[in-house]
Amino acid sequence: MAAIPLPAPRDLPFKEGVLRQVDYWATLWARTWRGVVVSSFLSPFLYVLAMGVLLGGFVEAEPDTLEGATSYLAFVVPGLIASHAMQTAVSETTWPVMGMIKWQRIYESMLATPLQPRHVVGAHLASVALHLTATCALFTAVMAPFGVYESWWGPFLAFASQVLCGMTFATLVYAFATRSRSEESFGVLFRLGVFPLFLFSGAFFPVSNLGDVGSWLARLTPLWQGVNLSRMFALDNVTWWLAGVNVAVLVVLMLLGWRWSVSGLTKRMIT
Amino acid sequence: MTAPQTTQLLESDTTQVHPLGPGAATGLLVLRNYVVYRDAWKLFITGFLEPVFYLLSIGIGVGALVEGFEVGGKEVSYATFVAPGMLAASAFNGALLDSTFNVFFKLKYTKLYDQMLATPLSTGDIARGEIAWGQLRGSSYAAMFLVVMLAMGLIESWWAVLALPAVLLIGFAFSAVCMAATTWMRNFQDFDKITLVQLPLFLFSATFFPVDTYSGPVRWIVECTPLYRGVVLCRELTTGTVSVASAVSVVYLLVMGVVGLMVVRRRLDTLLLT
Repeated sequence: MAAIPLPAPRDLPFKEGVLRQVDYWATLWARTWRGVVVSSFLSPFLYVLAMGVLLGGFVEAEPDTLEGATSYLAFVVPGLIASHAMQTAVSETTWPVMGMIKWQRIYESMLATPLQPRHVVGAHLASVALHLTATCALFTAVMAPFGVYESWWGPFLAFASQVLCGMTFATLVYAFATRSRSEESFGVLFRLGVFPLFLFSGAFFPVSNLGDVGSWLARLTPLWQGVNLSRMFALDNVTWWLAGVNVAVLVVLMLLGWRWSVSGLTKRMIT
Repeated sequence: MTAPQTTQLLESDTTQVHPLGPGAATGLLVLRNYVVYRDAWKLFITGFLEPVFYLLSIGIGVGALVEGFEVGGKEVSYATFVAPGMLAASAFNGALLDSTFNVFFKLKYTKLYDQMLATPLSTGDIARGEIAWGQLRGSSYAAMFLVVMLAMGLIESWWAVLALPAVLLIGFAFSAVCMAATTWMRNFQDFDKITLVQLPLFLFSATFFPVDTYSGPVRWIVECTPLYRGVVLCRELTTGTVSVASAVSVVYLLVMGVVGLMVVRRRLDTLLLT
């Protein structure tokens, strides 16, 4: 019996490989977005209400102790959105990635087609990027009537920095997830990484409150870069060289994360 | 057929079958959870850090921006005010996690309770055992947190010794009620509803700011929620402003836990034994 001739495998261009997965991700989102609304919109909104509005009512500080903000609410909102972008990115690149590698084995089936790890990583991260864009945009829009923005163009740049900050975490954590064997490591990542970053990267209070050493440590964290960018733009209090440094740090980390993600998935699934 | 060894084992086992007392059964389940949890010790250790991080960040960082508050006629610093709130809230969060996700997983996916009921254990034993384990774990976190509070000078009275049993009471009340709620869950998506209750309770139970921030009916509602009762109880104990009114919180949480426990038992009966 003559073998059926198969078309010779060819190298898929990156764009085509990613686009081939659009229907998969669209279907997944169409079926699960309702649950996401609670975590990606309601919970940060409650934080803003509790910390920004109610606790903020007790804060009587001058703008120079609040990095230029005229109220605690205006101070806390841009930081909260940036940290929320981080949390969203991390939760989308931990359990879901492990699920696709180990539990539902979606990646295995994807990689049995001409798709390569870089296509799979690209499409997954593109879906995270869309989610971040939607949440941060919605959040920025809802916060506008509260009078927390000082210029018309600031919120747009703040929004862009929030998405950039989220994507930096997405690629780094994706790389971590491809190398994790058990979900226990995610619990530890959340408690020793995400959670302390959320609390100490200047989202809730100026990092200068942490003392000399503490504030410098806080300034070294990737989340602070995003929080600071987001806040400088929102408050129209921009130090441009610092903004340049913040963007450069985030972009470099994101590119490193991308490389590690692709190499991690390749090692895990192919070799 | 050659299976003499198995037969022998079975015979020797069946001779020992007799119902266990509630105490022994609970102990057995606690031991079982301990053995399983030993492998996840990193999660156990880091769980303690969570409230400490909160305390340092909100208490110290935000505390630098907020003047102190008045508790029972006493002026206290913001960190002193917020720390007992976090103590109560972390008992609440711990109890909630333990008695929802973990119980659901065992009930639905690993079928652990079906296996247990094939032994002389009863549904009541399961409910008591799971809750007792949760309390052991929660109280070890609470004890460490109290030590941190003491070291940071945030404890103002000897009444604080009673904060540990108070935390156990909070954990018991929420574990029982949440475990009861979990028996009605159909899938993991249903847990969104738990988050919908958990987060507002956590943020608005006078944990981070005093209850007089609210006015009118909202304040009444907050004062009737269980976590608020736990928060004020802990705060009264660590600041030494205990009064007869504190008993209201104790009775409230006690009744809540007992009712929850009864419901869990009945629900497990219908789910697993019929």
